[in-house]
Amino acid sequence: MTAPERSRGGAGRVFFLIMLAAASTIFLYPFVWLVVASLKPRAYTFADPFVPWPDPFAPESYVAVWQAAPMLAWLVNTLVVGLAAAASVTLSSAFVAFGFAYFRFPGRNLIFASVLGTMMLPAAVTLVPTYLIWNAAGLTGTQVPLWAGNLFGSAFYIFLLRQFLLGVPRYVFEAARVDGASYLDLFWRIALPLARPALIIAFVFELKASWFDLMKPLIYLQDPMLYTLPRGLKAIVDQFYQGGDPKWEIVLAAGVITTLPLILIFFLGQRYFVRGIATTGHR
Amino acid sequence: MFVLPWLIGLAVFQLGPMIASLALSFTRYDLISSPVWAGTDNYARLAQDPKVARAIGNTVFYTVLHVPLAIVLALALALMLDRIGGRGAGVFRTIFYLPSMTPYVAVGVLFLFLLNGQAGMVNQFLALFGVEGPQWTTDPDWILPGIVLMSLWNLGSTTIILFAALRNVPAELSEAAMIDGAGSWARFLRITLPMISPALFFVLIINTIASLQMFDQVYAMFFGNQVTQQSSGDAALFYVVYLFQQAFQFLHMGYASALAWVLFLVIALITFVQWRVGGRLVHYEGGERA
Repeated sequence: MTAPERSRGGAGRVFFLIMLAAASTIFLYPFVWLVVASLKPRAYTFADPFVPWPDPFAPESYVAVWQAAPMLAWLVNTLVVGLAAAASVTLSSAFVAFGFAYFRFPGRNLIFASVLGTMMLPAAVTLVPTYLIWNAAGLTGTQVPLWAGNLFGSAFYIFLLRQFLLGVPRYVFEAARVDGASYLDLFWRIALPLARPALIIAFVFELKASWFDLMKPLIYLQDPMLYTLPRGLKAIVDQFYQGGDPKWEIVLAAGVITTLPLILIFFLGQRYFVRGIATTGHR
Repeated sequence: MFVLPWLIGLAVFQLGPMIASLALSFTRYDLISSPVWAGTDNYARLAQDPKVARAIGNTVFYTVLHVPLAIVLALALALMLDRIGGRGAGVFRTIFYLPSMTPYVAVGVLFLFLLNGQAGMVNQFLALFGVEGPQWTTDPDWILPGIVLMSLWNLGSTTIILFAALRNVPAELSEAAMIDGAGSWARFLRITLPMISPALFFVLIINTIASLQMFDQVYAMFFGNQVTQQSSGDAALFYVVYLFQQAFQFLHMGYASALAWVLFLVIALITFVQWRVGGRLVHYEGGERA
């Protein structure tokens, strides 16, 4: 916020407000179109794209999508996998981050460098061997591979939480040690409560990442009843978008159902998203 | 003891697989029979595979268009947010981030409709100005530009990072320059840009790495369905899409591993070059260098 510009006030500010409002319209309108089109009969899907309300109004598509696909099961699967992924990555990353932040041990810097190194490692490199591991464990075809890799911490969150814990004055921990607290006590009773904002950042980001994930469900899930929403939406678009008898309204309704819960989560955890992006650059 | 989970995870899910995929890349392996040593066959095949050339071409084309456009547009948005400041900036920032909360599959599906050549919203909008829009989703020449257009809907994180950096530029610097008679353009070039150059550098690297690994949106739009796959041909074949197909559709695990290692080396090389070149251009307050 540059003060000189501000004091100039008036015309410049109004111009920027208009430009930002125009940009906002461009960013928001695709959502409006999606919701409106999902509430129109098929013959009108593409009609009047700039009229921001459904005419004619036909909410039946939401009943149709419920009948065409196990949407409720997919929603529950997405939530269960997302919560498991987020909870496991948050706890394990905090555990490891505490280790890096509190203890001094030989090789610490080298091991911490390995954390930073894997942040650069493209997921594609480990795709095949990771599949072979889950295959050997007999867990392909289940939802376990979608989240269990998270039990060992994840580089981004370890980094974030370590930075956060380094900000805690050391005497806080030392005082508890003098009072006879074990290292696990330090972690549970001091580090975790103090790191709460950073824990929430890690949690909401991993929930989002899990909700976005298409590749792992494509690789590991065969049974449609086990699908998550993105995988389900992919199945729906493959079945209903093209071909002899397209059912666009079903595709669009499924798109809304896949997107809406996450938008709600975003509004609840908005503060943490913004802070998380600004500090870690996580997408 | 506390870092033990990381060490296990590092060994089992990072380093182990990395080495395993390097080893696998020298074999033929179809999951059914055990891996057969193949020497450098996979790499030789890769160098001659026209689909690899096409996938690299598409991915590079996309990255070269997407990354600069995304950064320039996000910077423009962030600068405007910075100028208006306060509560209003918070509201706009939220709006700009909303597309980034839309799962990539849903983004792909949504743009399949918006970019529809006959009746999509984008072409109906162009028609208002008398422009006849291209067949974004079926004309091989227009599929990649369409994907770039879609990708520019997703500027939220980049905008937030640049906006946060702009907020940290001390106002006194700009004021002092203004007293010295610097115009707004000079202040932008000489003060604002150098001050936020670490953030610019950072978004350059993360956007490049992400672009080279593009998968979800493209796969949702053009692959897995016979009809769309045929009509798009190889025009939407991105590198990671091809890798995925080789591994999990054709079960060429060895070949896919070779593809993965080439991608890894390319990303490492590009990041390294950006780091070296960027290190010279980036201004760190306090004089420390990365």
